[in-house]
Amino acid sequence: MDIAVTRKRNKMRGQQRGRSVDAVALQQVLDLLGDKPRRRDLLIEHLHLLQDEFGHISAEHMTALASEMKLAPTEVYEVASFYHHFDLVKEGHHAPPELTIRVCDSVTCELNDAKGIIKALDGKYEGKIRIQPVPCIGRCEQAPVAVVGTNPIPYADVDKIAAAVDNNERHAKAPDCIRYDEYQKTGGYALLKKLTDGSLDKEDVITTLEDSNLRGLGGAGFPAGRKWRIVGSQPAPRIMAVNIDEGEPGTFKDRYYLERDPHRFFEGMLIAANVVGTDAIYIYLRDEYAGIRKAMTEELDKLHANPPADLPHIELRRGAGAYICGEESAMIESIEGKRGMPRLRPPFVAQVGVFGRPTLEHNMETLYWIRDLIEKGADWFTSQGRNGRKGLRSFSVSGRVNKPGVHLAPAGISVKELIEEYCDGMQDGHTFYGYFPGGASGGILPASMDNIPLDFDTLNEYGCFIGSAAIMIFSDQDKARDLALNAMKFFEHESCGKCTPCRVGTSKSVKLMSKKDWDQPLMKELSQTMSDASICGLGQAASNPMQCVLNYFPEELSPEAE
Amino acid sequence: MAANPKELNELKTVEFSLNGATISAFEDETILQAAKRNGVDIPHLCYKDGLRADGNCRACVVEIEGERVLQPSCVRTPTEGMVVNTTNERVNHSQKMVLELLQSDIAEKKYTLNSELDQWSQKLDVGLPRFEARHNPEEDLSHPAIAVNLDACIQCTRCVRACREEQNNDVIGYSQRGAHSMIVFDIADPMGDSSCVGCGECVQACPTGALMPSKELGMQEPDRQVESACPYCGVGCLLTFNVKDEKIIYVEGRDGPANKSRLCVKGRYGFDYIHNDRRLTKPLIRKPDAPKVADIESLTEADINNMFREATWEEALDFAANGLKDIRDERGGNALAGFGSAKGSNEEAYLFQKLIRTGFGTNNVDHCTRLCHASSVVALLEGIGSGAVSNQVAEVKDSEVIVIIGSNPTVNHPVAATFIKNAARDGKTLIVMDPRRTEIARHADHVLQFKPDTDVAMLNAIMHSIIKQGLVDKDFIANRTEGYDELEKHLEDYSPEQMEKICGIPAETLHEVARVYASSKASIIFWGMGVSQHIHGTDNARCLIALALMTGQISKPGSGLHPLRGQNNVQGASDVGLIPMVFPDYQRVDNPEAQARFENLWETNLDPNPGLTVVEIMEAITEGNIQGLYVEGENPAMSDPNLNHARHALASLKHLVVQDIFMTETALFADVILPASAFPEKDGTFTNTDRRVQLGRQAVQPPGQAKQDLWIIQELAKRLGLDWQYSGPSDVFAEMRKGMDSIKGMSWERLEKDHSVTYPCETDDDPGQGIIFVEDFPTESGRAKIVPAAFTNADELPNEEFDFVLITGRQLEHWHTGSMTRRASMLDAIEPVPTACINPADLEKIGAKANDMIRLKSRRGEVECYARADDGLREGQIFMPFCYHEAAANLLTTDALDPFAKIPEFKFCAIKVEAAENA
Repeated sequence: MDIAVTRKRNKMRGQQRGRSVDAVALQQVLDLLGDKPRRRDLLIEHLHLLQDEFGHISAEHMTALASEMKLAPTEVYEVASFYHHFDLVKEGHHAPPELTIRVCDSVTCELNDAKGIIKALDGKYEGKIRIQPVPCIGRCEQAPVAVVGTNPIPYADVDKIAAAVDNNERHAKAPDCIRYDEYQKTGGYALLKKLTDGSLDKEDVITTLEDSNLRGLGGAGFPAGRKWRIVGSQPAPRIMAVNIDEGEPGTFKDRYYLERDPHRFFEGMLIAANVVGTDAIYIYLRDEYAGIRKAMTEELDKLHANPPADLPHIELRRGAGAYICGEESAMIESIEGKRGMPRLRPPFVAQVGVFGRPTLEHNMETLYWIRDLIEKGADWFTSQGRNGRKGLRSFSVSGRVNKPGVHLAPAGISVKELIEEYCDGMQDGHTFYGYFPGGASGGILPASMDNIPLDFDTLNEYGCFIGSAAIMIFSDQDKARDLALNAMKFFEHESCGKCTPCRVGTSKSVKLMSKKDWDQPLMKELSQTMSDASICGLGQAASNPMQCVLNYFPEELSPEAE
Repeated sequence: MAANPKELNELKTVEFSLNGATISAFEDETILQAAKRNGVDIPHLCYKDGLRADGNCRACVVEIEGERVLQPSCVRTPTEGMVVNTTNERVNHSQKMVLELLQSDIAEKKYTLNSELDQWSQKLDVGLPRFEARHNPEEDLSHPAIAVNLDACIQCTRCVRACREEQNNDVIGYSQRGAHSMIVFDIADPMGDSSCVGCGECVQACPTGALMPSKELGMQEPDRQVESACPYCGVGCLLTFNVKDEKIIYVEGRDGPANKSRLCVKGRYGFDYIHNDRRLTKPLIRKPDAPKVADIESLTEADINNMFREATWEEALDFAANGLKDIRDERGGNALAGFGSAKGSNEEAYLFQKLIRTGFGTNNVDHCTRLCHASSVVALLEGIGSGAVSNQVAEVKDSEVIVIIGSNPTVNHPVAATFIKNAARDGKTLIVMDPRRTEIARHADHVLQFKPDTDVAMLNAIMHSIIKQGLVDKDFIANRTEGYDELEKHLEDYSPEQMEKICGIPAETLHEVARVYASSKASIIFWGMGVSQHIHGTDNARCLIALALMTGQISKPGSGLHPLRGQNNVQGASDVGLIPMVFPDYQRVDNPEAQARFENLWETNLDPNPGLTVVEIMEAITEGNIQGLYVEGENPAMSDPNLNHARHALASLKHLVVQDIFMTETALFADVILPASAFPEKDGTFTNTDRRVQLGRQAVQPPGQAKQDLWIIQELAKRLGLDWQYSGPSDVFAEMRKGMDSIKGMSWERLEKDHSVTYPCETDDDPGQGIIFVEDFPTESGRAKIVPAAFTNADELPNEEFDFVLITGRQLEHWHTGSMTRRASMLDAIEPVPTACINPADLEKIGAKANDMIRLKSRRGEVECYARADDGLREGQIFMPFCYHEAAANLLTTDALDPFAKIPEFKFCAIKVEAAENA
């Protein structure tokens, strides 16, 4: 015959094209998923189930999960590989050790010798336990911090960590917070009830918000009252999304409040949902806050069991280790079960948000203050403030001060006042040298500029911003350029990879900043494009610390500097 | 199709300022598009026409007055009064910086001559990159057709969008994040091991050569480009042949109405069969002492080489014609027959049937439509008076519900499937009914994996439910149809509850599907050979027609009936009369009016009796009633059912003329073989499944002494006493228009200009009618006829000995009998050996593993092939493609025929399966 029958069978396929589903893996997936819906938006939740159960996610499990969810394997893989809390293990690769100790190495923890701890742990456990340096876990006032399994170890040292490992303390405990009963006894949910029975007017609520000029406390500072009006005027169904992906290095205020009074937030959230008219609420909580997740899950169950009013559909969603999901549109993508890559705007999320619906998105803390604002009135809020500014801010202060922590202080307070009045001054042996006024992305200012009012808008002229009001204080023992490099490494690590200026820019910046001699002109050129041409705030702000070192700490860059 | 000028006028425009000049943009036009239209080129990499703009590369950023940061012009649309600057220092700085950042990371080695990154870098005068390069990944050359060099990747995700959003294959993903972001296949598998179907849409999309045709073909500069069409399936993709040194070096998708630049693996990588060194290049005449052997499997290469001798064209043509003439003159025209080809052009098919009818003097002319959609056509002609599709594939965008039954479009109509998948992704309800769970099922809302052979039971149950739910369209039934009352009565016995046991689909599902289909604003049904290739194929199709008629799901946009055509020109070949009972345009040969029309046009007397069909012709050969056969571009020795029988028939012919491009299985029985032209070697029109008549243009010359088919047919005609003087296809087409009202308004010049024109096309300015039967049906009464069908079983049911059901069909890489694709190097490399798909549990039962050799036996023959585990098949079912001569599935199939359409039952016969000893 024309075609030789016996040919080299280089590509024989005994299966259908691609990976076939492994029967055992599929059964395990089915068992884990139970009767949970197979909706695409639950992909990340389902991946968590696999990761929690097996300590990693195998290729077989990804293929089986894809088949069960009617997704293509790559749709599962690209999502799973985006989030750092999923350990993907393909054939021929080793699964990670059963236990992982995560050690925060972001700015404040680095100031507190995180590197030393990591090195010591590596030496001690020699690969039997995975030691993983991780970005900020939101406990900067307790720096240095490690996490054994999901159990956070404040003021960590090797002994404390080893004790937790030895005592098998691997799981986060729910914080000792105000529970549902107690919250109700002290007047909680009365406002919500008044709103639903009509004795509190929705319009009055919005007016109070507008009068107080409460602004979004996640960092962007959009006036909350205006947002409610905009979203409320969009066609139904409307959706609400709550951002508790608190990941900006130095920020821990959301954690602080939720560990104490979660229902105050729930009530604010339900008031917002009621006033704006949203049918569903998605609460997006960062995975690192495992203890809070426990408490919130319990408290939400109680709310559902005994609702103070008709509740909208509420889902608590779990992040998976991606700072970028704190960006509002990236968070929406993540809620939809996708890679957390920011969307281009317009359209704005108020018009096209979760599942394409108009979405009211708020940082947790913004909602946390709703009850107080309505109960105490807008004047209570606006009568506070300093240096010409109005309102209150929750400053997450960390670094070389005596009393780090969340300090509720007047908006507009200067860093000098904050250190002196709220933080009991600098630590012994440390002289104030500089500060990050707004987390890793808000820039770096020198001690000489210690009198600038800390508030929205006031820092812009210095190439900085207050963001989530995370103030990291450093001293003469530290170098701004090292901390800026730490920040840039963080952004490189957390860049979603979508746009060139951020994906490539952060990476090239790290390379440039790691050199002893900084190529300042090139850095400036690169910085301009990152700020000008990146899609979202991450890329646009990523070069702020680098730019600030160029601007405010030139002495560190001079050839004579050691 | 031609743009409707009225709509253009209604487009709203906005005025905005671009670099100081006021220009106007259409609504929804982006800044980048409006600028381009006004002569301002903005650099861009992640943007490509036809793909969703993603705005990720940021090379196209511009300054918009009043906005804090620069904005991607590929995404932003201008608003009234917007002030945009695309060239100032700030903008220029970032555009250049983006290009420099990307340049710094890609390898120096070039994979394409057309790197868009290099082109823009040059234009913007970007110097040597000043940044340290990233660490680049290794090359991936695991795929036979596509080379992956991610060291040239700029993460623009054009390939991802091409794979996902255009082709909906969902193979390519964007994985990891940040600087580690990487293009992957499946879960970061080598491309060749992944679920990649090789459509090459990613290659076409890639701006930097990271994805390219294998063997560095991308570094070759073509001498010329020829705008043509794809030679494979009925979807009718338009494409460009890139020719260098008189060889096609690669193929690109062209923006045709049926493919929007998309192609599949066959269209893009299956072209080099024409350069295969096995091409027939000289006429061959059988040696007098070479016997015709039915058992061609036993022939060695040497046997075959000894069988024929080379001849001159003159001698071969005389020999071919004389053999036919002798039989005609001795025994009459009805002792002759012709099999034309659905792969040839309309002009070839037209001349072929004209030759048979006027030169042979018989209507014994048929082609592979008999084996494909004959039953669909019979039912359609009977029901709605036309065998053509009522709506075009592209209309799925207007549908609410899409039903696919008995069709595996991702394999057989891959590009059409992409539009269906697109629609499903956009929220249209997709219902898939098939005994096999195939790839398209992943995209479906409802998957009805019914028992083979029970189509009528299932469809009747759905219709029963529609009636019981009160969802029939009473107005449509009253105004447009006849025969509904009988149907209603007939369906009483077919409740879903009763039929559930027969078809295996829960009654609840049948009710739900009935509701969804009947109550949607627009439902469309696509079907394939799974419906037609049964002895009750006509009944199957009748049910589908009745379903559409009773619910009024026809005659409107996005709603109708679409039997997906298999071959690239099976629609056209049928249209031009390559079937025994009708002249061109389906005018019946036994209709005196039609007869008169063609006797007048062809200036000769015509036989008023319908001729025999393909399988009947084989039968007549066996009985000795037909002694001479002319086969042009068909391969009945592979494609007919019960091959042993068919091959014996071919061996018994007194005179067989085979005209083909390769030594096919059928050619082994020939007395004379005429080396012919492949698709890219000639001009001609081809009619796709949508009724689009499209121009195929010659790219290269036929090899050696091989000749264009049109010339060969004419030379034979001359020798059979016909005085034909066609100078080329346009001459033939002009004559066709005289006999075919459907293409009256379609001039050759118009085809040359528009590339694709839909029929019916009645006048020069008729844009062509995409939707037909809008007002009435082309039946005598103008009404459609509803014909009830009763459930019957297949001809050969499994029993204890033959306990498996064999379903035959095609696979993605191989076309039909494999004569072209198995000689196309890249397709052959992807699917080199015969396989049969079997449920893993069955495989275990017979004691074999995937990749083992298994033996399939029917009452008629046996084959051995490799086992492929496939849980898309239910236990007790085997699927086998019929393209492998070394394991010809049709040795097993039955030649039982549908009584109405004479189509064989390729989709059902009983076999037994065992592990082969030498496994």
